Amino acid sequence: MQYEPRPQRILLPVSPLFMGFTLACALTFNLLPWRNVSGMPDLVALVLAFWGVHQPRRISVGIAFAFGIVMDVANGALLGQHAFAYAALAFTANALSRRLLWFPLWPQAMHMLFVLLGSQLLMLAVRMFSGSPFPGVLYFLGSFISAALWPLTTMLLLAPQRRPESIDENRPI
Amino acid sequence: MDRQPPPFFNRGPAPLVRLSFFMLLAILLMVLDMRFRAAETLRTGLAVVIYPLQRATGAPVELLSSIADYFSSLSSAQRENEALRTRVLQSARDVLTLEALASENAHLRRLLEARERVPGGASLAEIMYSGRDPFSRKIVLDKGSQQGLLSGQPVIDETGVIGQVTRVFPMLSEVTLITDKDQAIPLQVVRNGLRALAYGDGATLDLRFVAANADIQNGDVLVTSGIDGIYPAGLPVARVSRVERDAAYAFARIQCVPIAGTERHRQVLVLAHDAKLPAAPEAQPQQAARAPKGRRTKKRE
Repeated sequence: MQYEPRPQRILLPVSPLFMGFTLACALTFNLLPWRNVSGMPDLVALVLAFWGVHQPRRISVGIAFAFGIVMDVANGALLGQHAFAYAALAFTANALSRRLLWFPLWPQAMHMLFVLLGSQLLMLAVRMFSGSPFPGVLYFLGSFISAALWPLTTMLLLAPQRRPESIDENRPI
Repeated sequence: MDRQPPPFFNRGPAPLVRLSFFMLLAILLMVLDMRFRAAETLRTGLAVVIYPLQRATGAPVELLSSIADYFSSLSSAQRENEALRTRVLQSARDVLTLEALASENAHLRRLLEARERVPGGASLAEIMYSGRDPFSRKIVLDKGSQQGLLSGQPVIDETGVIGQVTRVFPMLSEVTLITDKDQAIPLQVVRNGLRALAYGDGATLDLRFVAANADIQNGDVLVTSGIDGIYPAGLPVARVSRVERDAAYAFARIQCVPIAGTERHRQVLVLAHDAKLPAAPEAQPQQAARAPKGRRTKKRE
């Protein structure tokens, strides 16, 4: 198969404030009273994975770990359960960052599906090890929804970086 | 060749090192939390820090529900009023007899020199949200140790027991529902007074260690037996939904459906458990010496 170069936009530098804002939004979404609806997408995981892929130098394992601890405390889960899964998720996202962005959006989403499923499996393994019952197959639905949201997430979270630069009439080129 | 790379290239420890460090830290935290309950201070501190965020997330939901309340029509309010009126009338007779029975009961108990059952206080709390963790059944209430809640208090709604306060933060508290896997509750069958112990099973309750020939039928109502000193006796808990008797096992498999639901209402009642238990019997000196090796002594006996 012949290599076809696709046009890639040169993005503006990311604003750390915006990254923090999106992570806070995802956390807020996760803390909404969902009344034990199984199969809700874990947006914190999705946004962490997104920034882990796009900004591997800023979002690394440590920040993911911190968000995991916050999720654990807020949900009354075993302390460290989300942190464990998110740390692995961030590591995988960082490792994939050089490769993944060469793909179109939907193949990217397919990659992320397995990354997110992997982190859910890790959490499941931890909980089964600590003696919890299997929560049902619907538990994995969240990852599929998250992966399906990947193109939308890309569009929304990269929008500030895709703004046109200030138009300068006097510029020669 | 001891030249340092310029700080421009310095990216800290390698990713794999970082991952191993944080995963080990997570495992350490989990072990501390699960086996030793040693991470409670950290948990409480973090809970205070994220409290404003939790309150903020609750706000839009509260707004929506208050808007819905506002638009609920007058007729439905009137209908509800009517229904409540009839219920008050119906229960009036019970209340009247209850007073007589209570005084009679107190008298009899005094005669028996038994301790009087003091009705403890109760405080109303609202459910802020239910935990998102699919492995445990927990809800978070909007009151905490600042409002005088204590770990271990039973939580009920108007139909029955929903759970027990298991963790108290300054402003919030966590309630483990009776359907949680780690939650056990001592019960009694209303029909014949048979006592049993129910364990949570995700969505239902599991009545364990009941002999295969025990007299339990489908539809039996189970209430708290009160012998644990935590739950007051006589609160409805569950209804038997399935009884399986297998000759191969010594115990019957009994599944029960909880009567109270956390999905219906936002308000719950947290009961104060100031039940005065009789003092524990004086241990025999010999037994006291053996006490630390509890398991072995059981086997020997």
